[in-house]
Amino acid sequence: MTPLSFALAHSLPEIVLAVGALALLMLGALRKLTGDWIISECAIVLLGLAALSMLFQVQSSAVIWDGAFIDDSFGRFMKLLALCGALVSLLLSREFMAREGIDFFEFPVLILLATLGMLMLISAQSLIALYLGLELMSLALYVIAAFHRDNLRASEAGLKYFVLGALSSGMMLYGASLIYGFAGTVSFTGIGEALRGGPSIGIVFGLVFLMAGLAFKMSVVPFHMWTPDVYEGAPTPVTAFFASAAKMAAVAITVRIVITAFPGMKVQWQQIVVFISILSMAVGAFGAIGQTNIKRLMAYSSIGHMGFALVGLSAGTQQGVLGVLVYLAIYLVMTLGTFAAILSMRIGNRYVENIGDLAGLSRNNKLLAFVLAMMMFSLAGIPPLAGFFAKWYVFVAAIQSNLYWLAVIGMLASVVSAFYYLRVVKIMYLDEPARPFDRVNWEVTAVMALGGLFVVLFWVYPGPLVEAASAAAKSLF
Amino acid sequence: MDIGLTHYLIVAAILFTIGIAGIILNRKNIIVILMSVELILLAVNINLVAFSSFLGDLTGQVFSLFILTVAAAEAAIGLAILVTYYRNRGSIAVEDINLMKG
Repeated sequence: MTPLSFALAHSLPEIVLAVGALALLMLGALRKLTGDWIISECAIVLLGLAALSMLFQVQSSAVIWDGAFIDDSFGRFMKLLALCGALVSLLLSREFMAREGIDFFEFPVLILLATLGMLMLISAQSLIALYLGLELMSLALYVIAAFHRDNLRASEAGLKYFVLGALSSGMMLYGASLIYGFAGTVSFTGIGEALRGGPSIGIVFGLVFLMAGLAFKMSVVPFHMWTPDVYEGAPTPVTAFFASAAKMAAVAITVRIVITAFPGMKVQWQQIVVFISILSMAVGAFGAIGQTNIKRLMAYSSIGHMGFALVGLSAGTQQGVLGVLVYLAIYLVMTLGTFAAILSMRIGNRYVENIGDLAGLSRNNKLLAFVLAMMMFSLAGIPPLAGFFAKWYVFVAAIQSNLYWLAVIGMLASVVSAFYYLRVVKIMYLDEPARPFDRVNWEVTAVMALGGLFVVLFWVYPGPLVEAASAAAKSLF
Repeated sequence: MDIGLTHYLIVAAILFTIGIAGIILNRKNIIVILMSVELILLAVNINLVAFSSFLGDLTGQVFSLFILTVAAAEAAIGLAILVTYYRNRGSIAVEDINLMKG
């Protein structure tokens, strides 16, 4: 039995967010003022505090709360990414929400609750904790997808996301119930031990259903159908949140569960992961080609990128997990930078989303065009930008595990996807200028500048990120 | 005839399949989809309780209580989203949810 103070110290970020979200909810309900920033600012501070609270650790790894929760360096790495994604999305949301007239205090509170769900999900160490974290995240995400309640597209996005999300959590639960029944325990390490003697057919079924549910949350093929519609319909900062923080949590728990609970079933899960990874890379590459809406393009792009990240997981080695972590960190920066650029696409006080609106941007706004071009080159994986190194780490891991053909398919998919990224750059630099965009505020400029700097200069000093990811990957094995 | 674990699992599997079929084949309205989701979750609960009693381990029953709680919250949120959708669209027919495609 661990002392209470020890357990509290190891779950400090979750406690900060949980208490903070409830306090802000009270504050918001009592103040009754609209257009008031205090809740949003407090929420940003809370996310920052939660991130800071992870820097003071008494011991590097601990299993607490009766075996339901684990605090290790893998968890801390992924939590930091999820918190960064949430913080930046919230920062970017403030002007958008005010201009669209939906700056209600519930929004930051829901972001905090969703982030709390993500942190619990990342640290889950049993099937019950996994389910509760996933639902806390998803329920908050359903609501913020439909947050623009007078907008038909947003409510349609919310409805689609809800129906498919509920179906997927049902499938995941059915899988979890089979695993519990045939392994006799819900704890990940317990399942790992129960599988020593070889898997039974019930567990294989359970694993397939569980992976189907998780694949939905990662938005990988064949459970990706919701992604383009939800990305297009939801308010842009919410889309940024989906594409950044929510992805981090979903991939993190997938990596944790297959590595810690199913090492004895590597043959089985490897087949599933390789299958969904190849399909996602293909759909991401070909689906985006005809798109005219930039948020829809980013949806297909994110499907493809999750496919690339899973190439690292298919290797199933420590090197592979390192690849996934580096990929996610770099993808987070690229996606937040791109969404900051999308949020600066505003003509005459109205937000626009068509790729055609970017025409001739290089002559109207040099900085924005340059940053967006760098993001596109980086998403396409062109050296020496950060996106190239992300792909490099996962492909090296695949090759070391003798998955040559998987690496080759990945490279082909990234060549195909370069087509539509470069089309955006071509439209910005070579087409006749369209109407110039309005002035952007400091938050968007700062996020774009930082993202651009990271993407361009990553090759100079990749050490800290790779070392942190390497320590995180090591803690899983 | 003795009722064993297998019988419970078969009932749960049938309910689960009906739920999935209800979501995929249903072309009428969204309320039916919400009912199908509940059916899936109840199938899972039957599974968990049957396993729990068979294994002599209480964890499964605790799990099923959590599922019941979350299912209530999920239904509330689903209906709330459905109401906002109905206000904007004036219909809850599945074939009318087609604004975004491709």
